[in-house]
Amino acid sequence: MTMKVRDKVIAIIAEQAVLDVAEVKPEMTLEDLGIDSLGLVESIFAIEEAFDISVPFNANEPEKSGFDMSSVEAIIRAVEDLVAQAA
Amino acid sequence: MRRVAITGAGTINALGHDVPSTLTALREGRCGIGPLDIRDVDRLAIRIGAQVRGWEPESCFNRQDIALYDRFTQFTMVAARQAVEQSGLDFRGKLGLDCGVVFGTAGGGVNTWDENYRTVYEEGKNRVHPFVVPKLMNNAAASHVSMEYALRGPSFTVATACASSNHAMGLAFQMVRSGAARAMITGGAEAMLCFGGIKAWEGLRVMSKDACRPFSANRNGMVQGEGAGVFVFEDWEHAKARGADILAEVAGFSMTSDAADIVMPNQSGAERAITGALHDARLNPEDVAYVNAHGTGTAANDKTECAAVAHAFGHHADRLMISSTKSMHGHCIGGTGAVELLACILALREGVVAPTIGYQEPDPECALDVVPNVAREARVKAALSNAFAFGGLNAVLALRAA
Repeated sequence: MTMKVRDKVIAIIAEQAVLDVAEVKPEMTLEDLGIDSLGLVESIFAIEEAFDISVPFNANEPEKSGFDMSSVEAIIRAVEDLVAQAA
Repeated sequence: MRRVAITGAGTINALGHDVPSTLTALREGRCGIGPLDIRDVDRLAIRIGAQVRGWEPESCFNRQDIALYDRFTQFTMVAARQAVEQSGLDFRGKLGLDCGVVFGTAGGGVNTWDENYRTVYEEGKNRVHPFVVPKLMNNAAASHVSMEYALRGPSFTVATACASSNHAMGLAFQMVRSGAARAMITGGAEAMLCFGGIKAWEGLRVMSKDACRPFSANRNGMVQGEGAGVFVFEDWEHAKARGADILAEVAGFSMTSDAADIVMPNQSGAERAITGALHDARLNPEDVAYVNAHGTGTAANDKTECAAVAHAFGHHADRLMISSTKSMHGHCIGGTGAVELLACILALREGVVAPTIGYQEPDPECALDVVPNVAREARVKAALSNAFAFGGLNAVLALRAA
């Protein structure tokens, strides 16, 4: 299950960044991936749809969202937490 | 080139159902934002808005009219009636051949779309009311106003998202100034506080769940409003000759495009529109005492707008007052510039600068005099009204005291 979340999140990010899945590394930031604010909002929407979860995120105060987006790895962990909570 | 006078004003918005009550609310710094009273609000993440309260269309229109008027048209008709009455103009004779209507709206009949999609998708019906199309079309309000007052010159509607009514009023100004029209009824309206209208905005994740706090460091997004603002723009000499009461002069207008991003604002595009409006009005920066900001309360707009204003005004930026009245009447989207023009008229005519309410913490990136929380008395001889739309379309009007 955990592995599946990881793969799905990476696939969503890769699609948004127009990269191959293999090119998305855990330590990369959204900036490294070239994902802008609109791309971020679209990624969050895709994540919500894929896992049937609700990601707390307000573009005006991303730091207060309680959803760590500092790197690909952080996003994966945050999604895993939300999925676990929803289960 | 002719001069352009404003000889009539009308409105309905969350602060009031006419101009006097709206101006009183702006003066008092009253907030029109509250819990939304709409169908399926429990399925929304955003549950606040600046709704028009106590609105009873039956008290203003007959049954046949209501069958044809979406809420945005109803708002427009009410505001237009006030504006035309104040102007004292009668367009039924030859004058009406040289006069028209230009309105702004972003969504047009959003409530009509929403209700009828429910009918066919949710309720599974296969039949809708025959007037759905004439009700929802974006030009419905402009057309009904032209019919009501026999305005037979150029009439049309512009849609540039949150700058719609500034673009509309700018075009009306240019038409009267150039002599293409003797007078124009102009402004705009929006009524998208319905389930679909708010759900769409939720998706962008730029909306606040608690309040609109423009320029405040702890701002967390915009709050939608609804309503209409309608004005009569008239050839100055025509207005003078008939002894009309001139509320203010429309002195200049400028529009620019960022050509950059579909949602993010752009300092250079905004700044060029501000500078352009000053030039068009032959105003020096130091002539302007007040700017009605676009001031949406989003992180991105407010800091970009402050940088643009600071740059466009240079040293004078420190002496300028800039407030966002969206903190009170909400973001009326395509109608917002029209409602906000009232704050400019209040400043020019009555010497009262409406405040930015909800202001709690200074933001070093918005280090201008934002007239926090309390209105201020000041002599204002010229004012600007900013509107910067999604899609990078900017429209700034310059007004002078009459």
